This record gives sequence, C-alpha cells and structure tokens, in this order.
Amino acid sequence: MDLELEAYLRPPEAEMAPYPAKVITLATGGKLVVRQVDREVVPTLLEAIKPTIEVERDYYDIVGVRLYGELLGWYRHRVRDEFCIIGQIDGLLVGIVNSRMLTPLIGMSLHTLAIERGLRIGAHLFAAKMEHHIEYLNQDEVLITAESPIGFRRWMIEYGLQKRDGQHELGGATPYALTRELYFANKDRLVAGERPVPAELMEVAEREIIIASEEDILEKILGAKRRML
Amino acid sequence: MRPVVVSGAGMIPFERRDEDSLVDMLAAASLHAMDDARLGDRPVEAVYVGNMASGLFNHQVSVASSLVDRLNLLPAAADRVENGPASGGSAIKNGLLAIASGYYDVVLVAGGEKMREVIGPRSTDIVAAMTHPEAEYIYGVTLPAMAGMFARLYMDKYGITREHLAHVSIKNQQNGLLNPYAHIQMNITMEGILTHPQSHINNPVVADPLHLYDCCPVSDGAAAVLLTSLDVAQELKVPIVEIAGFGQATDTQTLQERSDPTDLKAVSLAAQNAFAMAGIQPEDINVAELHDAFTILEIAESEHVGFFEKGEAAKAVKNGETRIDGKLPINPSGGLKARGHPVGATGVAQVVELVWQLRGEAGERQVKDAANGFSLNFGGFGNNVLAFVLRREA
Repeated sequence: MDLELEAYLRPPEAEMAPYPAKVITLATGGKLVVRQVDREVVPTLLEAIKPTIEVERDYYDIVGVRLYGELLGWYRHRVRDEFCIIGQIDGLLVGIVNSRMLTPLIGMSLHTLAIERGLRIGAHLFAAKMEHHIEYLNQDEVLITAESPIGFRRWMIEYGLQKRDGQHELGGATPYALTRELYFANKDRLVAGERPVPAELMEVAEREIIIASEEDILEKILGAKRRML
Repeated sequence: MRPVVVSGAGMIPFERRDEDSLVDMLAAASLHAMDDARLGDRPVEAVYVGNMASGLFNHQVSVASSLVDRLNLLPAAADRVENGPASGGSAIKNGLLAIASGYYDVVLVAGGEKMREVIGPRSTDIVAAMTHPEAEYIYGVTLPAMAGMFARLYMDKYGITREHLAHVSIKNQQNGLLNPYAHIQMNITMEGILTHPQSHINNPVVADPLHLYDCCPVSDGAAAVLLTSLDVAQELKVPIVEIAGFGQATDTQTLQERSDPTDLKAVSLAAQNAFAMAGIQPEDINVAELHDAFTILEIAESEHVGFFEKGEAAKAVKNGETRIDGKLPINPSGGLKARGHPVGATGVAQVVELVWQLRGEAGERQVKDAANGFSLNFGGFGNNVLAFVLRREA
C-alpha cells in the first residue's frame, strides 16, 4: 500500500462522542444489548449481511447490499464520519444500524437491518441511532429516507418526520428530517433502553458477536421452513 | 337431519404469503383436506368458499368458481359465502345443511383471505366496511376501536384488568409456538408486554385499553374441510368426527342499539342452539376454539357461551384453567391472536383445529382425551355468530 497516496484517499475523521451501550427488555422478556462497535468488527458483521443481499422481500436486497458497501467503505476508510450500532441477544447479532455525520449539526441516517423480526428490533435500533445523533453527537437534525414500506411506516409515520427539500445521499424518495424537537416529543413513546448494561450482559455481548447460520438468517427473514407444510 | 362428518381437514400456515394468490392458498388447503379424507376419484358435489372481501383486498370475485376450476372439480356447484369474519363458519354451515338435508354426500368447504396485499391502514378500512355505513363507519370507527370501547365497558363491569388480558395473549402465543401453522411464533412475557416500565414501547396502545399484543395480526391464509355423509365417511375409512351441533344467531348491527353493549346475545344464542342440537352442556366440552380477534373477546365469549359465569373467565385464564393442560383448554391452536386471522379462513381453521384435536393429531399442543370440541366464529361485532360442536365417535 502506498501510504502517501492512501493518506489522500482516506477522508478526514471528525471527533465523535461515543454512544453508551444500553439494554432493552423485549416483548419476549429477552435482553437486547445495544452498543456501538468499532470498524474492526466489520468483517464479522458482513458475514451476517451477506445472506440478505439476495432477499427481495421488504427490500432486504437493497438494504443489505448498500449496508454491506457502506460498512466495507468505513472499514477500509472510504466513508467519512460513519458509526455503527448493533443489537445482540445473548451474544447473537439480531440487527445492525449505521449512520454518519454530514456536518457537525446534521446527521445522515443510512441503514437499518433487522435480522430477528417481529420484536421491534429494527425500530429499537433505529431509535438508538437517532438517540446517538441527537443526544450524544448533539446534532440538530437527522436526514432520513426509506427504501421499504416498513421503513416508511416505522420512521416517517411513527415519528411524524418533517419533509425536506433536496435529496438524501442515498438518493431515492423525498428526504425527511428528525429534528431535536421531534425526537424529544417522541422519545418516551419510541426510545427504549436502560443504562448501564449489567456487567454480565455486556460481557456476553463483547465476548463474541455470534452470527446465525445463513439458513437461520433466511428463515428469520422469510419464514421459509413452514412453507413445507 | 343426517349426520355430517368432517372426513378431511387441511390448512396452510397463516402468515404473510406474498407469493401466493388467494386461489393458490384455497387450492392448497383444499388439496390437503381432500388428501386427508383419502377421497381419491370420488366426485366433490359442491364447494362453498368462505371469504369476506376478495373484491376489495385482491380485486377478485367469484373465487368459488375459480377454485373448482383450479382443482378440476367441475361441474361441482360452487358458491362464495360472505359473513364478515364469520364467513368461514357460514360456509361450513352451508356445507353442513347441504349434506344433512340429503341433497349432497360430499362437499368441500374452504375459507381464505389474502389481506396482506394491501397496506395496514387499508386493510383496517376494508374490515371496517362491515360496520353500519351510516351509524358507524362514517364516524371513522374501526374494529379495534369498537373492541377497545367494548373492552373498557366489559373491564369496568367485571373488574378485568390489563393483566388479565395479557394472560390471554401470553397463553395463546405460547400455544402458537406449538402450532407450525400459526402466524405468530413468539413467546411473549408479562414483563415484556406489561410490567416493565418501558413495555409500552414494545406493546403500544392500539385502541385504549387494547394494546398491540391484545390484537390479532393481519394474516394471509386458508383452511379447508371435506364434509361427507356418515355413509361416505365409513366407506372412506376415516376417523369419525361428526358436526354434532350447530347454531347461528344475529344481533343489531350497531353496538349502541343494544340494551347492554356488553351482553353478546348472539354469542349466547348460537352456543345454546349448538349445545342443544348436540344434546350436551358447556361443561361437556373438552376443547374450544374461540374468536379472540382481541383478547377481551376470548374472555367475554367464554362467559357468554356458558363455560364460566360472568366475571369469572378472567380469573380462570389467570389461574391457568384455559391452558392446554388446564380444565378447559381454549384456543390450543393459538387462536386468532397467534394463529392469525385471515378473516374468511378463521371459521374453517377453528374446525380444522378441533378435528385434529379430536382425532389426537394435534402434536405438541394435543389436548388429552378430547372427545367434544366447540368453536365460535364471531361475525361483525357479535352481530352474526356461528357456533359448532364437534364430537369424536366413541
């Protein structure tokens, strides 16, 4: 690697406040540990994303392939000011969100991928992402778009987001914004989590990010096994 | 009336089935039922299809005609039967009466709905079309809203709490985990949906006092039964599960016209008629499938059909009396809450579950020694209700 040239290719990195881990009690009573991860874990996360990129249902393919590219770009220093938050239950990876700072005051929400479905995992992780932008990165607003109808329902409708002119950097539909005011108006209703995470839960989460098998991931997303009945 | 036997029962898993059309689902469930009856080349004389709103959900009508053609059952008679969420029950009634009268010997009854073709709010609106157009619908009432108002009245009158409702939800979702045909496969807990300080985020209000986990999911799916005369059933050498009793009753379409909106008169009457025809009492029932589109309905229906005194069902649920291993198992399938509620399919799916239970074929959710089963299919908001008693040959 030509380090001199590489220095030109890498984006400058802003100082970003860390996101403190939290735990969310799910409808099942299960404990979802939500925590920020460093770029070093990206290769592990890519293993979980890979099976989704051929799943048409609910636009998992588009979300999966874009998230794969965004995280890979972050891992190899080609995306600026990105962060990634994951959700784990007993160490098992159940969801990933990523986002980045467009400017010090404006966030650019990228993707939300729920591997476990039906428990608001995606909604909880999206909320964590917004919490990070507004409360820890202290930004004024986050620009958001959706690729799937589920995303539109979860973000634009549940939060009552404001329409914005221009274009989200993912392209696609009209961008919407979560402002500080909207975030705090919705926080009690949509943002869950308790801190600090009990040490034993955190220890399990940090020890290993367990990735389900490809078959299990597809089963969780598609419910394919029952089709045999 | 001649005895009528459910000689075959079949269904497909209820879920979101993007790849299947309504007729695909009806056909698959019907083939399962015909195979189950070992029907072979014996002709099906008539087909009744329970379906509430294929014209609105799927822009397709005459689904019974489509089904007989798809299954190559021509020239069987074919009719679609519509009675809101009790369309399946009404379709079974038509098949039952057609055989009981002696007119037919072999009738296929299928029920199905493909609701996930439209977005959630549209689906809610389509279902709300069953309400009174001038007295209810124009004011924006939906079925969850109606159930919420009913729940509030019922809870106030009988001292029922959200914890009681949560017990129904938890029980039925646990049962659903034992049913591979159930849409919802999730073991929820009291902490996760009620007692944790942040449980309101997992379990938000839908229509106060009903929350997300008090409501059935919106599902796609189909179920079917093959009804025959007793003679034919004996020739087919299938286990004999007879439709021993049937009742149907109606009430005012609008809830506010009832002298007491918490009194589900049509439920009581339909059940009484079914028990009278079968010559048994509610206490003779070993397993029941009730129409728990909302948790409060399982409690209210189980009282109105006579399983419990008014105000007692909630306690029974809390005490575990309605669990699979309890005194009177209710909704071992998971009910509408977990199995799902593709509206036209539900009444048929309830009978399919009872057949499996009475034959001892219900797998992990088998109710021990079940001989008499009861189902209740609740149309409108209790304004057109069907009840069935199924009996296993001793």
